[in-house]
Amino acid sequence: MKRVLTPEMIEQMRSEIYDTLTDSTTSHEQKVTYLARKAENFLTVLDEPEGLDELMRCDIDTRCICNLFEGDAPYRPRYICIDFPKFLREGSAFLQLGPARDFSEALTNLMIMYHNIPSITNYPVFIGDLDELLDPFIKDLSDDEVKKALRLWLTTVDRTILDSFCHANIGPKASRLGYLLLEVEGELENAVPNLTMRVARDTPDEFILAGIKCALRSAKPSFANDAMFRSELGDDYCIASCYNGLYEGGGSYTLSRLILSNIAKRAKNIEDFEKNVLPWVMDVMARYMDERIRFLVEESGWFTTSFLATEGFVRRDKFSAMFGLVGLAECVNLLLEKEGCHERFGHSEKANQLGVEIMNIIEAFNNNHYNPYCEATDNHFLLHAQVGIDSDHDCSPGTRIPIGEEPDELVDHLKVINLFHKYFPSGTGDIFPVDLTVHQNPQYVLDIIRGGLGMDIRYLSFYSSDSDVIRVTGYLVKRSEMEKLDAGQNVRQNTTGLGLGAAKNCKILDRRVR
Amino acid sequence: MVTATVNKIIPFSCVDGPGNRTAVFLQGCNFDCKYCHNPETIHSCVNCGACVPYCKPQALRMEQGKVRYDMEKCVLCDECFHHCPHGASPRTREMTAEQVMVQVRKNMPFIRGITVSGGECTLWRDFLAELLTLAKAEGLGTLLDSNGSHDFSGDPGLMAVTDGVMLDVKAWSRQDHLAVTGRDNETVLRNLCWLAENRKLTEVRTVIVPDLFDCTETVEAVSRILSETGSTATRYKIIRFRPMGVREAYKSLPAPTGEQLSRLRDIAESYGLQDVVTV
Repeated sequence: MKRVLTPEMIEQMRSEIYDTLTDSTTSHEQKVTYLARKAENFLTVLDEPEGLDELMRCDIDTRCICNLFEGDAPYRPRYICIDFPKFLREGSAFLQLGPARDFSEALTNLMIMYHNIPSITNYPVFIGDLDELLDPFIKDLSDDEVKKALRLWLTTVDRTILDSFCHANIGPKASRLGYLLLEVEGELENAVPNLTMRVARDTPDEFILAGIKCALRSAKPSFANDAMFRSELGDDYCIASCYNGLYEGGGSYTLSRLILSNIAKRAKNIEDFEKNVLPWVMDVMARYMDERIRFLVEESGWFTTSFLATEGFVRRDKFSAMFGLVGLAECVNLLLEKEGCHERFGHSEKANQLGVEIMNIIEAFNNNHYNPYCEATDNHFLLHAQVGIDSDHDCSPGTRIPIGEEPDELVDHLKVINLFHKYFPSGTGDIFPVDLTVHQNPQYVLDIIRGGLGMDIRYLSFYSSDSDVIRVTGYLVKRSEMEKLDAGQNVRQNTTGLGLGAAKNCKILDRRVR
Repeated sequence: MVTATVNKIIPFSCVDGPGNRTAVFLQGCNFDCKYCHNPETIHSCVNCGACVPYCKPQALRMEQGKVRYDMEKCVLCDECFHHCPHGASPRTREMTAEQVMVQVRKNMPFIRGITVSGGECTLWRDFLAELLTLAKAEGLGTLLDSNGSHDFSGDPGLMAVTDGVMLDVKAWSRQDHLAVTGRDNETVLRNLCWLAENRKLTEVRTVIVPDLFDCTETVEAVSRILSETGSTATRYKIIRFRPMGVREAYKSLPAPTGEQLSRLRDIAESYGLQDVVTV
């Protein structure tokens, strides 16, 4: 069923466009992005499943499906993770670049490539395994030379890639470039790029500690359970955007999310939720995603015309799609209340087990849903614990315990996390502000990371409770930039606005300090 | 199995030795430091019941002449020990080493070890040996946080299951040590040397209270010993006195200035110490 735009809707959209281009708090680049999205939404090209309007285009308090501003005519994949080793090795005809022969060429070529990778936000969400890509080029350079070049290059990344969904990877092997990069990132305290260190059993403690010291200053890297991702996605996985496990040389077509907290509102009780309401909403969302993917692959022409695809930097059959969800905690609490039980998610065995039961239903649904273009992941989507958006209210990211309700003891918190991370190959994670600076004991964090590797814990982030750069939900912002924006000034990065909204609506500044 | 009076168990601690450790605090101390930050751990409860009326959530009650403590009801307001006439706490449990280990195991695999503190943990020597033996069997590291009054050189059984000791050196001269703690420090200083020589010294701490004892002399002498025993990599924590938790009579002891602390740090580093931390 194709959507029909009424004259009232068109008037409304015209007025939103006017508001966008006269908004005093958005920069020019931000306006261009938002205007393009509004233009896209004048099209009605998707054959949408019945029920979508009711579930998605409705009041925020009843919305059960959210397409995360993807727009109504997908013309590029949401997340593109290109094969950077191939690019540095071979160059690109479209970009008129040959193979990179030294460190300067590698850095310059990468920067040029970044400018040409689209995404949902128009900025690249994955910028490579920087240590593996660049380490071979620094053999003849001194530490100081490498650090100077990295400092300039990373500053350029921060000032030109204007949102912090841009993600770089390092590890699991230690390398000289990896150490130098962490040193420089610690000094710069920039929000971009986001950074993940993949940690394996044989990743040296020294390297992880260098990562932790960097994180206590600049809120990155986060730490990914390498063995877990590898067992699910194979060796060519990468971490993109907030914390999304995807294929390098591929990516994700699309991401929609179930707003479980609102879906629970529609159910009479737990049984009604599990048997009727949730399956119906999942079915509508899955068919909506199928249609978005169909249009993108079969009609938009992206995969047949973009140089990224035609030159083989991505392959269509290495793309999948992300079946997201938020608000499991609030969903569980509400369902239990409907049954007259006041136990809370994160604090009671019964509530946590209901969470597990719901996740098993979602996982089983996904394993039974077939999409012809997700061959990379056995024709199923990948589950994703979405980190939330600034307008979310009474709805925690993914399966997280709500801020303000964290268990007193971190060990109890970790044990809850351990129940849920395993469901999400395309990303989940938990965030802990820590107060360690005076005690000089980064090994404390190391022990927690190492402990997590031996369990089903996928992804952990830490930041110092007193640092300027902080992790909002998945991405990073600077407190100082949020304050500027709050005072009505323009700021460079889109994500600062999202961070400010999250600070106001989602209490992200009130996390329990560990 | 012998039991000990356990004041509390902190599942994850980042301040009781390197890495993440479960810290076990045992009740009772043979020193009476004026600046003690948790004076309620010094003495044992005598079941006088003076605290019971102050417990608003009624977590405490008298039963057959004993004060009973209900952890579930407790809100940790600390009113009980603030009103204790004996410098004790009713919030303790008698536990065997195995019962403590049940709590410790819940924190694996996130911890690298346990640290037993107090009070003065070595007052429970036999319990301690049992607990550390059980911890070792789990592959956990074992540290003691001690005031140094127990002669470690004469206790090879305990030392066999102890990875290291974090030792308080409260003051260098006998006179000063008496003034700070009410006890002499002959054993403490012998332990300092013996632990350093036998590579069992994990950390040394000194709380700095300028008017109470000769801080400069103490820091200098400790640093010299560490240097002479080849223990320059051992952490020396120089701790600023803070009135938090301290008894009324001593709350007004003056805290050192930042300048005084950094001067002490300079002295320690002048002896080649590589890991001096001021907090």
